[in-house]
Amino acid sequence: MRILWLLAVRDLRQAWASAGLWLPIAFLLLVASLYPFAVGPDAALLGRTGGGMLWIAALLASLLPVDRLVAPDMQAGVLDQIALRGIGEELVVTARLVAHWLGFGPPLMIATLPAAALLKLDGATIMTLELGLLIGTPALAALGLLVATLTAGLRSSGALAGLLALPLAVPLLIFGAGTLGDGSGAAFKFLGAASLLLVAITPFAGGAAIRAGRE
Amino acid sequence: MTGAALRLTDVACLRGGRMLFAGVTLALEPGGGALLTGPNGVGKSSLLRVCAGLLPAFAGTVACSGGVAMTDERLALDGELPLRDALSFWAKLDRAGQEAVDAAMAAMALTGLAQVPVRMLSTGQRKRAMLARVIAIGAGVWLLDEPGNGLDMASLDLLGQAVAGHLAAGGIVVAASHQPLPIDAPVTVALSDYQAEAA
Repeated sequence: MRILWLLAVRDLRQAWASAGLWLPIAFLLLVASLYPFAVGPDAALLGRTGGGMLWIAALLASLLPVDRLVAPDMQAGVLDQIALRGIGEELVVTARLVAHWLGFGPPLMIATLPAAALLKLDGATIMTLELGLLIGTPALAALGLLVATLTAGLRSSGALAGLLALPLAVPLLIFGAGTLGDGSGAAFKFLGAASLLLVAITPFAGGAAIRAGRE
Repeated sequence: MTGAALRLTDVACLRGGRMLFAGVTLALEPGGGALLTGPNGVGKSSLLRVCAGLLPAFAGTVACSGGVAMTDERLALDGELPLRDALSFWAKLDRAGQEAVDAAMAAMALTGLAQVPVRMLSTGQRKRAMLARVIAIGAGVWLLDEPGNGLDMASLDLLGQAVAGHLAAGGIVVAASHQPLPIDAPVTVALSDYQAEAA
């Protein structure tokens, strides 16, 4: 537990130092401010489609930090040094997942508020959107991290990461955006299930990927 | 630093479909030092990584106890942090105190650079920082890959003193180098003698 805490604090500090925390926020706000220029300032249309568009923006924003999540530490030998201490790669990935979500999920949810105002979403939609993001951002963070461990050490890993992550993210997008138009709550449950699954497998799959990349 | 031991039995290493070496046997007790020699590409770094458990041995067994500290060509210190804080991260992970970090920096003549960000250090200073990282964490077994590269004469002396001190305290040192090192190592393993027969 102490090790998890030390590793997570370091990862969060690294994210802060590399200024990577602002990127997803700026991206989301930029997309939200460009969208009305593209589809026109019709408030009814923006209100109807804006929520889904913000889900797409959140998904794409989660891909932005992928190339700094694992590859720099692998190249700097940090992951090897951690392994020398007998600390499992699963623990390393878990710590990184916690740190990555903390640096990605809550800021994105806060950025969603001004973005929703730009798109003239109503209060109920904003509540649904924020709740959906609260459930969905751990999955987006886990997916980004998983893809980062898989592509660390490859050339042009950023482009490859996008290709790998987007098909896997389709269920999240369907259920996430589905929560906006669904009164029964089924979409929330599916989103929660998808999120739990991704968060649960990422430490093991990511740990195995780091070990395999050591050869 | 009790109970440090390193025992290799008939170790072979296969990398990229090529048998780098085979039949390496080495047993080091507390206070034992070994020097791996041989030309580039003979497998010195791979053998160190096998000792550290970072690479699986293709054949043979590796038994290592007492904690491992390793240096290779990679610094593994966070570039934006002041040197002392960057070293402290590893010390904290290993429950070594801040005094251990300060002592290690003093041993490598880095005390004056404690507040300098790691990315501003010169090549030789980075190498010394790497060695300070090894000294600070109090591990029993030191695996040093080309520790003398980039060091000036004064720093080489510091390295020799640090290694001698570690051996005297019952530690184990395995150093790989293609050049002479000021290290008192009774065992020399010339890896070119263990080249596998071409299949």
